[in-house]
Amino acid sequence: MKRIEVLGAGCRKCETTFNVIREAARQAAVEVQLEKVTDLARIVGYGILQTPGVATDGKVVHTGGIPGPETVRAWLAK
Amino acid sequence: MPSRMTLAQCQKAPLPPGTGASSGTLRGKHVEAVALLGLSRATRFGEAVHFFLYDAPKVLLLLVGVVFVMGVVQTFFAPARTRALLAGRRLGVGNALAALLGIVTPFCSCSAVPLFIGFLSAGVPLGVTFSFLISAPMVNEVALALLLGLFGWKVAALYLGLGLLVAIVAGLVIGRLRMERHLEDWVRAIHLGEAAAPHGTVRTWAERFEAGVRHLREIVGRVWPYVLAGIGLGAGIHGYVPEDFLASFMGANVWWAVPAAVLLGVPMYTNAAGIIPVVEALIGKGAALGTTLAFMMSVIALSAPEILILRKVLRWPLIATFVGVVAFGVLVVGYVFNAVL
Repeated sequence: MKRIEVLGAGCRKCETTFNVIREAARQAAVEVQLEKVTDLARIVGYGILQTPGVATDGKVVHTGGIPGPETVRAWLAK
Repeated sequence: MPSRMTLAQCQKAPLPPGTGASSGTLRGKHVEAVALLGLSRATRFGEAVHFFLYDAPKVLLLLVGVVFVMGVVQTFFAPARTRALLAGRRLGVGNALAALLGIVTPFCSCSAVPLFIGFLSAGVPLGVTFSFLISAPMVNEVALALLLGLFGWKVAALYLGLGLLVAIVAGLVIGRLRMERHLEDWVRAIHLGEAAAPHGTVRTWAERFEAGVRHLREIVGRVWPYVLAGIGLGAGIHGYVPEDFLASFMGANVWWAVPAAVLLGVPMYTNAAGIIPVVEALIGKGAALGTTLAFMMSVIALSAPEILILRKVLRWPLIATFVGVVAFGVLVVGYVFNAVL
């Protein structure tokens, strides 16, 4: 199962990002393990400069904003 | 909307003294617009409505233009690129560069911590990082657009120059004090892998314009209620507060006005959008420009929520130094403005 982490210390955009991905996964009927990472040390450990960031299977694929629906579908399809 | 017109249609109407720096090119038609609503500028309510109709469309249009352009410009300055430009810079040149990049690099205070650590871990000196962190929120496009719309380009340019100066000098001071030991332990212990850079693709102009529109939607979509509320409050002050009422305690001759304004500004947290229209109205009532600019900078650059976010990575001595140095810089700016203008 694909593991997706939303990296961000609880700002509104991070919340939206989480919801966007959850909704996209539900629509695509893809089972994902979706996690909110709010611990700063862990977020920083990923080497991102802007939140929200997204990591799929431990690899950063997105930073600094809410990802578009196309982008999210591409992660789920991979 | 009665306030829509071309500049050419407008007549210049003389302004009463002390109405502020925004000159009266649009005022003539607004007298008519206000008159159409059955209001007279001789009444307080009429004067307030006039002020609102005059300022609101102009400021919102400017805001849309400036924020869009900034959204496009920001596509050239991803934070990772800014970091690469700043890594290993010496104090001095590095601080100036950091303050300038703070204007054009996209920044949101909720990203302050990852950015802070990301900069330090890539070898950007602490003082240079602070110059960036001070400049980025203080000298932002919303503040500049509003100042431009309400006060004219001279005040906007002064704000830009002095904001940069405060950011540069404060960063220099923090760098000289060698306060690295006041970082939290987990920050110093952190060892970063090579930062992921998912946005490595070449951007086309179409993509940059799209980014500009997105930025526009996001920023203006968020701040327009504050702008209107601020202009509304400003209109109220304009119509109801007696002329020169504020001169007695916010005028240039009151020595304690600037420190009081700075102190008052720290716990207050609003964005530039809400505070600037109010500031314009205050100045119309006899408040000194330096005092009000100091208040504005203090409100925008030093805010309690941001300090709490930074507390996660900085120990109190460094936080106190940061607040103290920036407050002092703002204080000097206030006095200089009052003395010169």
